[in-house]
Amino acid sequence: MNEWIYVGLFFIVGLIIPVGAIGVALILGPKKSNPVKRSTYECGIEPVGEGWVQFKAQYYIFALVFLVFDVETVFLFPWAVRLGQLGLFAVVEGVIFILILVAGLVYAWRKGMLEWV
Amino acid sequence: MTTEQIIFLIVGAVTLLSALMVVTARDLVHAALWLVATLFGVAVVYTLLNAGFLAVVQVVVYIGAIAILFIFAVMLTRRQTSKDTGPAVNKNWWLGALLAALTFAGLFSLLQGWSGFSKTASAFPSGFDAVNELGLALVSPTGYVLPFEVASVLLVAALVGAVYLAFNKK
Amino acid sequence: MSFWNDPLKAAADWLTGVFVGWGMNEVAAHVLVVFLGVFVLIMILMVIDILLVWIERKVVARFQDRIGPNRLGPFGLIQPFADIIKLLIKEDTTPDGADKVVYNLAPMLSMMSVLILWAVVPLAPVMTGVDLNTGLLFIIAAGSIGTLSIIMGGWSSNNKFSVIGAFRQVAVMISFEVPMLAVMLIPTIFAGSMGVNAIIQSQDIWYVWLSPLAAVIFMIAAIAELGRAPFDLSEGESELVSGFNIEYSGMKFGMFYAGELLHAFTFGGFWGILFFGGYRFFGLENVSFIFAILILLVKAMIGYWIIMWVKYTMMRIRIDHMLAFNWKFLTPLAFALVIVTALMNALMQGAPAWLYVAGMFLSNIVVAWAALEIVRAAGRRERERVEGVKVVEAAHH
Repeated sequence: MNEWIYVGLFFIVGLIIPVGAIGVALILGPKKSNPVKRSTYECGIEPVGEGWVQFKAQYYIFALVFLVFDVETVFLFPWAVRLGQLGLFAVVEGVIFILILVAGLVYAWRKGMLEWV
Repeated sequence: MTTEQIIFLIVGAVTLLSALMVVTARDLVHAALWLVATLFGVAVVYTLLNAGFLAVVQVVVYIGAIAILFIFAVMLTRRQTSKDTGPAVNKNWWLGALLAALTFAGLFSLLQGWSGFSKTASAFPSGFDAVNELGLALVSPTGYVLPFEVASVLLVAALVGAVYLAFNKK
Repeated sequence: MSFWNDPLKAAADWLTGVFVGWGMNEVAAHVLVVFLGVFVLIMILMVIDILLVWIERKVVARFQDRIGPNRLGPFGLIQPFADIIKLLIKEDTTPDGADKVVYNLAPMLSMMSVLILWAVVPLAPVMTGVDLNTGLLFIIAAGSIGTLSIIMGGWSSNNKFSVIGAFRQVAVMISFEVPMLAVMLIPTIFAGSMGVNAIIQSQDIWYVWLSPLAAVIFMIAAIAELGRAPFDLSEGESELVSGFNIEYSGMKFGMFYAGELLHAFTFGGFWGILFFGGYRFFGLENVSFIFAILILLVKAMIGYWIIMWVKYTMMRIRIDHMLAFNWKFLTPLAFALVIVTALMNALMQGAPAWLYVAGMFLSNIVVAWAALEIVRAAGRRERERVEGVKVVEAAHH
């Protein structure tokens, strides 16, 4: 049988537990809501403006850099699994793969993309 | 029907429904979250096909990185613009639906003529480790060593492109 | 097979037999038994989680020269259970501007992303969990769901603080995922497998001796992934009040809080598994599965204690420093270490074990020393630059 069935069971039970806990709290807790209770918290003052702040573009840049390296490392995992049985040639291929990407990181660094401005 | 078929039908339906919600959701963040649900459904389909590595990679790359990137991109906009208030469909919707149906029918009839469509996959030989074999295929000269190295160049090109875009904005 | 050698399998077989005896399909009975097993495991984890609240409070009190909870029960042991009761009878509030569905889904996903990690944790030689051959990537995949839950919670609360906290936390989490992934390549190289169980089985010599630097980088990246001090920008009590979970109260907040504690404990466990042999301890694990579980729990607790130690000793780091630290130091260092390890591994393929270990250990020391020298030189240049500017300014006045 497919082993992922068991992982699926963990997903199901992992959802049942928090749903159950929050559900019990919903039943046991008092239900005396009012607009002041439900208002947005802002350090004890009335909320000013909308609950929205201008997003800093730098976050997006870091997410882009992360995406590139995430995909790269995923490629490297099968290589690492097989590494023990491979010759030096194949090891060097993986190293070249990493070095090309590190060159990309160095480029981004030199262009000032990794600065938090 | 076997258990796997039942699970596949449920997962497939949920995936398709989520995909439909991606294009109909009014709020961009909701659309992104429905996209996450769709991608997760695809990962579950991979596990049903015994492609555990692909499934995990699907979650790591698409949910862990690309969905986050999408949400960040939505956050770059103002909240008013992230809520769509216009009409959901334009007046040519029937044409799009017709084209989609025709494409589906065409693909379906093409695949039916293909012998691989109805063939059952042969079982893995015992002791077969898909990840291990993939590792060999990626670096062996008779395998995919060139695409493997080109992939890193492609990733660097993406990075350089991102740097260029960010640099121009300043 | 006698009961005492493999009680788990014996119990499962017995229960399956009972269900089949009730006229149930064999496969369905098997799945039901596994479901019950998973449920029991997660229930035990939740009890451990409750005790972690007590441990955390007691330890932080000791770090700060206080006594900590000491009124309810011996050593205040009843305190966390009283906390649970308090959380359960709190009113369930959803702020007016919140996006209701996403707001309520976020704490559940947060808890789930931690609980599913235990699917791949081998507790003992006879309790291997789900032995996925992609175990390490599964850990990262579960972490991505956690990242998503934080951004969902922060966005849906419709609160300025929560949005800022979520952005910062997610930026830190995704950034530190890169060195963590890179460092996970190193046990993969040694074991020749991504499966968590295979990694434990191949650790006749703890991997911390083969790659101490990898263990250190993994711990740093894990602390950042957990969002704990010194990387706890999501909370930042003094500026963001509570960060992404600011609008959450009662049990929904409890889920975030309990999830964070269990996450820290789990990553202490993964640290023990990847670098300290998991449940293995000089053959003691083969005596009884109880010893194996206890060994794993002790190792996880030691890892968790180090995470707490760092948390209550270090001050919070600013986000620009944190991202610079990751992208300009930790990530290049992790990749350099992967390259060195891969090359050393290929060069010393036929070497005797002691030479292999010594070579790996020394190469790690050399990489660490070189990295520290480079940082020291960069620091000196930066100081000279800043101080030089000051001298010029003074001359102008």
